[in-house]
Amino acid sequence: MTPINHHISDALLLEYAAGTLEEGWSLAVATHLALCPDCRKRLSLMEAAGGALIESIEPETTPERERESWTAMLQRLKAEPAGAPESEAQPARRSIEEVDRTIPEPLRSYIGGSLAAVEWRRLGIGAAQYQVPVDGDLNVKLLRVGPGRPLPEHGHGGRELTLILKGCYRCDGEAFGPGDFDEEDEETVHEPVVTPDGECICLIVTDAPLKFKSRMMRAVQPFLGI
Amino acid sequence: MLLGIRMPKSKGPALAEMSAEEMTLCLVRTGRSRDVASFERLFVHFGPRIRSFMLKRALDGQLAEELMQETMMMVWRKAALFDPQRGNASAWIFTLARNVMIDNLRKAKRPEFDPTDPAFVPDAPETPDVNFEQDESAERIRQALDSLPVEQAELLRMSFFEDISHSMIAEKTNLPLGTVKSRIRAAFSRLRAALGEDQ
Repeated sequence: MTPINHHISDALLLEYAAGTLEEGWSLAVATHLALCPDCRKRLSLMEAAGGALIESIEPETTPERERESWTAMLQRLKAEPAGAPESEAQPARRSIEEVDRTIPEPLRSYIGGSLAAVEWRRLGIGAAQYQVPVDGDLNVKLLRVGPGRPLPEHGHGGRELTLILKGCYRCDGEAFGPGDFDEEDEETVHEPVVTPDGECICLIVTDAPLKFKSRMMRAVQPFLGI
Repeated sequence: MLLGIRMPKSKGPALAEMSAEEMTLCLVRTGRSRDVASFERLFVHFGPRIRSFMLKRALDGQLAEELMQETMMMVWRKAALFDPQRGNASAWIFTLARNVMIDNLRKAKRPEFDPTDPAFVPDAPETPDVNFEQDESAERIRQALDSLPVEQAELLRMSFFEDISHSMIAEKTNLPLGTVKSRIRAAFSRLRAALGEDQ
């Protein structure tokens, strides 16, 4: 795999570390983390900061309360089955389809276990999509666009996260390839074009319906469900 | 005193400090030999702090106590999974508390990567001379947090202790979202610098 050049921002990664990020955003973040040791290292630092901040809390409490609390804890410990403590289960050696080498967990389970099994819905002009089921209001989908084609052209009303899974696109003079994480907000108009050497598959998470610039695409948007 | 998280010491008994080294030792002993005395040390140190962490969101002392007990139960059950080569004890306990909070208060899913997945890209082997021991890193992070500019430290505390997004923090503090993000970036640049990492 080529090195990853576009990473998760500190602000977004911190929301994931703190546990305040919704499921749809978290899916894109966690899938990039599976592909990117650098971002995992930054996540570890944030979790260490979380640990240090918890320690810096100076709680209001009394010795009586703490004694009661520990007594209750001891009761629970006694009720625990006296087995061996949990240890790392030796994972059975799983094998995956070649096509899924770039689709790590947690995403793979969300798309039904394999890219080969995805039922794509055509979007007309050299593109297809698959709506990924998640709880909440976010719009999460896989998009598959043919070589040399633009991603369906759009601006957007809020945050948009794109994780490239296969192929490459160029956007504002920059190249995005497998594993790259593209984070856009309301300020940007995002017009990626897939490179001519092959199709591009990416995961896109948005918090607002995409606003297409072309009148034709806007007219058909409700029917396409995008 | 930021955001009322630091309570005046005079209101309660001063809680014993615990060095990162001692925490690691207690956690490893809890995992390896089910040593109740070591676990009690961790409970005395972290219990009241995790209860306060939960109380920020639970708004109910009884529920906060239950979620703290649940977190400490996880510490007891999973202590053998803690690897002192890979992380420090307070970071590890924080992730357990966070997950208990998400499961019980947010009732939301938080998808996670799976290191045993064949498509997972593993870490490159560490070069030993650029990495501090985990316990030393923990101390350096504590010190770096203490020396952050107040406005950066406050944003980190809000991010970790209040169940709100950065756009909600921006509204609450009357700061542009871009300023919230750039302060967070500046804070982590300082923390990474303190660990001798690339910024």
